[in-house]
Amino acid sequence: MASEGDRRADPEVERRSRLLGGLHEGEGARGVAIALLSTAVFLTVVIVAVTQSAGWPEVKRSFFNWDDISSSFPDIARAFVLNVKIFLVCEVCILILALVIAVLRSLPGPVFFPLRALAVVYADLARGVPTILVIALLGFGAPALELTGVPRSRVFWAGLGLILVYSGYVSEVYRAGIESVHPSQEAAARSLGLSRFQALRRVILPQAIRRVIPPLLNDFIGLQKDTALVGTLGVVEAFNQSQIYSNATFTYGSYLAAAALFVAITIPLARFTDWLIARDRSRRQAAGGFA
Amino acid sequence: MSALKLENVHKSFGDHEVLRGIDLDVAEHEVVCLIGASGSGKSTLLRCVNLLEPVGAGRIWLGDEEITRRGVDVNAVRRRIGIVFQAFNLFPHMSVLRNVTLAPRDVLKLPRAKAEARALELLRRFGLESRRDDYPDRLSGGQQQRVAIVRALAMQPELMLLDEVTSALDPELVAEVLNVIRELAEGGMTMLIATHEMSFARDIANRVCFLEDGLILEEGAPQEIFSRPKEPRTQQFLERIIQAGRL
Repeated sequence: MASEGDRRADPEVERRSRLLGGLHEGEGARGVAIALLSTAVFLTVVIVAVTQSAGWPEVKRSFFNWDDISSSFPDIARAFVLNVKIFLVCEVCILILALVIAVLRSLPGPVFFPLRALAVVYADLARGVPTILVIALLGFGAPALELTGVPRSRVFWAGLGLILVYSGYVSEVYRAGIESVHPSQEAAARSLGLSRFQALRRVILPQAIRRVIPPLLNDFIGLQKDTALVGTLGVVEAFNQSQIYSNATFTYGSYLAAAALFVAITIPLARFTDWLIARDRSRRQAAGGFA
Repeated sequence: MSALKLENVHKSFGDHEVLRGIDLDVAEHEVVCLIGASGSGKSTLLRCVNLLEPVGAGRIWLGDEEITRRGVDVNAVRRRIGIVFQAFNLFPHMSVLRNVTLAPRDVLKLPRAKAEARALELLRRFGLESRRDDYPDRLSGGQQQRVAIVRALAMQPELMLLDEVTSALDPELVAEVLNVIRELAEGGMTMLIATHEMSFARDIANRVCFLEDGLILEEGAPQEIFSRPKEPRTQQFLERIIQAGRL
């Protein structure tokens, strides 16, 4: 495997140079210097423009008050734990439900028409209705029914709303992956005597899912942010907690604290997604060069 | 008893009739080569035998079982027939060994150790043992096609269908694949082979069938077909092959 390292550029260098604008190997040091300089110039221009604006003193007072930000942070961080919990539980449910929907939609033949149609209607509805409306409808409506055996918790209903909405998106991502696997793969599997289900499980889905991991992660970055919508039901999560602070102090520093928490989670996810995409690309190039 | 028997098989895609009444009888241990221009129906014929395409009309028997009857267990039928495709169609997310053991383990329910022992024996026989842990994209086309043949053989089929298995290969890789097929023929494997390799067909086949427009226009022993073709269409086809330097 030593010869491979010689043939291909070091992926780490490749990754960094892409971030800095696709520079070639060897131009590294000069490239970094140019990138730093242009970033510094850009930031200076932005900062000067903003701080010279007429409204800046007032914005500075209400948003960038360090005392507000730091005093609100512990409570918001505690409330943020709920966002993370909702995110994690919803993510697992979405991955399963969306896969079921995508598989239903990919079933061939006239027998399965009703299931396919159902999956299409579902994906259209889930993606068509604004998330905040779904959460409001479920969160206020379902507990009001007072049905026995039905949970009353607003977190439960809001989480269900997120699951239903995001499953619509994620099922489409899965479907794109399933359709990207060439039909000859299914033919090869079926010709060996595998049943339709076995071919799906062993041959089609593993390839499909591998291809859609980056877009799936993208959707989960969106989901992580949308957990803030649960706060609209009066549930005390990070966004709602920062509203409480803001209402008490007439400042907005608490929003910045909440934003920082969301960003702290989503940025690593975004970088991880980039890394996966880059790894996938270099693997495919390596494979293409050989076959 | 014949290993495979086709009776008046028809197949259409939309308005286009690809097979227009095929009758064919393949005896046990017989090697039958299908030759003919692209689009003459060779591949479709093989796909119909493997039930990858439902036939429009006509009947097919595998051994003494009619496999075109209603309610036939297609998975059980396919277990008995190995097919190898022009484009290899290996599973790219699985190692060579996993490609070969997938069906024996999932379909035949062989325990892992037994399936792997059988797979390794086959890989060794065809000089692929050192590739057991490689993924298909690390193999040359010839190696990939040999793995695809091994994958089909691992199910211990009673009939092998080969669909232009050397057409996607670089010329220098063709021989290694043909040698594998030759070895199978010598081992007594019953085979139905669609091919453009005329000298190979002449060499290996017990019988050659010339397909034209969805019909078997002429069939016979290879020396008859290649040296003294009766039908003008067969003569034309072979002349073009000879002009192209392929015979």
